[in-house]
Amino acid sequence: MIEIVDPGLMTTVQDRGRSGLASIGVPSSGSVDPALAAHCNRLVGNPDAAAVLETVGGLTLRATVAVVVASDVEPVARTLAPGQMLQVAPGGRQWHYVAIRGGVDVAPMLGSRSTDTLSGLGPSRPRAGDVLPVGAEPNARPVGETWPIRPRGGTVMITEGPRADWFTQDARDSLTRGEWTVSDASRVGVRFDGAPLRRTVERELPSEGLVRGAIQVPPDGAPIMMLADHPTTGGYPVIAVVAPDDVATVAQRRVGETLRFRR
Amino acid sequence: MRLLPMGQHAVLVEDVEDPAGWAASFRGIGISGIVDVVPAARTVLIVAEHDRAIASARALAPEVRAALAPPNASTEVVIEVVYDGPDLPNVADTTGLSADQVVELHTEAEYRVEFCGFAPGFAYLSGLPAQLRLPRRSTPRTRVPAGSVAIASEYAAVYPTESPGGWHLIGSTRAKMFDVDRDPPAMLTPGSTVRFVEA
Repeated sequence: MIEIVDPGLMTTVQDRGRSGLASIGVPSSGSVDPALAAHCNRLVGNPDAAAVLETVGGLTLRATVAVVVASDVEPVARTLAPGQMLQVAPGGRQWHYVAIRGGVDVAPMLGSRSTDTLSGLGPSRPRAGDVLPVGAEPNARPVGETWPIRPRGGTVMITEGPRADWFTQDARDSLTRGEWTVSDASRVGVRFDGAPLRRTVERELPSEGLVRGAIQVPPDGAPIMMLADHPTTGGYPVIAVVAPDDVATVAQRRVGETLRFRR
Repeated sequence: MRLLPMGQHAVLVEDVEDPAGWAASFRGIGISGIVDVVPAARTVLIVAEHDRAIASARALAPEVRAALAPPNASTEVVIEVVYDGPDLPNVADTTGLSADQVVELHTEAEYRVEFCGFAPGFAYLSGLPAQLRLPRRSTPRTRVPAGSVAIASEYAAVYPTESPGGWHLIGSTRAKMFDVDRDPPAMLTPGSTVRFVEA
């Protein structure tokens, strides 16, 4: 078992999420950066899909029994003795992961242990003093050495979205022209500041399905990229969609940091 | 029918007459690797696991026709309602009907789930009588209780969980609209037929 001493700004339990339920309004949720979560899981010998702790930082946890842990901040499996603490400070990237050998074993809901911050499905967010159960030891051994995390490329590839033709040619071009600054980041989406994207079609869009990585443009012209807890449908036109492999690259930018989109 | 791009692993199908029916027919083909088929007001979103599955979906979508018999037609869901909603007097006022007439119209109609969204288990029901169609409240409520029976624009709905909301609340039900321990967890799924009865 592990005790949450301090969850910091925000800590949740996450796994691969609940897929296949979008038609009844259930968001997919799951880790914001699945590859990084899987990396931490492999270090402790867990299957990729084991539930981990996802935090924006400031997390402190304490082992109540000996547990093997690994985080993206310190990518090596290490044993915490009973009473020993692990701290994950904010910094570097937006989302950090702590894998615990055996996985966080809270009760699954609709096939997933992920907390969906939008719909409220899944376990409640751990608070200071909460003790989380750890699952049975997996067969695979922990990795005996550090595995450096490959830095992500800076380029974010996008393709045209279903409503690109609702925007001015200038708006479509400006997506890939300049730098975009992250102005808000949550598990639901990432919002950018930049030249407002203007529309040519002003009528209201009847709600339609969304995917992770879809870039929606609300009336103020500031684009929002949909992330893990995005609603299943939305009523703002999608101008472009970020390539699946690059979604986490965007998500890992912190507020105030910049990026460029490429076609 | 038009196929609109939605990234590497999805496609948005537009200009289908009956999105819920079309989605059911498309699911019926049983393409492996399809994760989600999401009907909405005018479109159907198809989400796949990999390139091969989305390529099959793109190739087969033009052949799909909405099933003639409405899907889930056999599963008529009846929802018991107490017409005690805080907006019932105002709806009656605005529409020029009495509260009893509003209830009568709401219970006489046959509804159909066109699509779900907004929250888990929140179903948009078509079939609302024309006299009851009102724009949303100008000021949404920050808290609408679970089980609130509501109307707005051309739709009727039941709030499955407590949430903010801008629809007119005309009643309440004790029916559990969304239950994670049930399969399917949503009481109302796209295509099903719904009736409201006074409890």
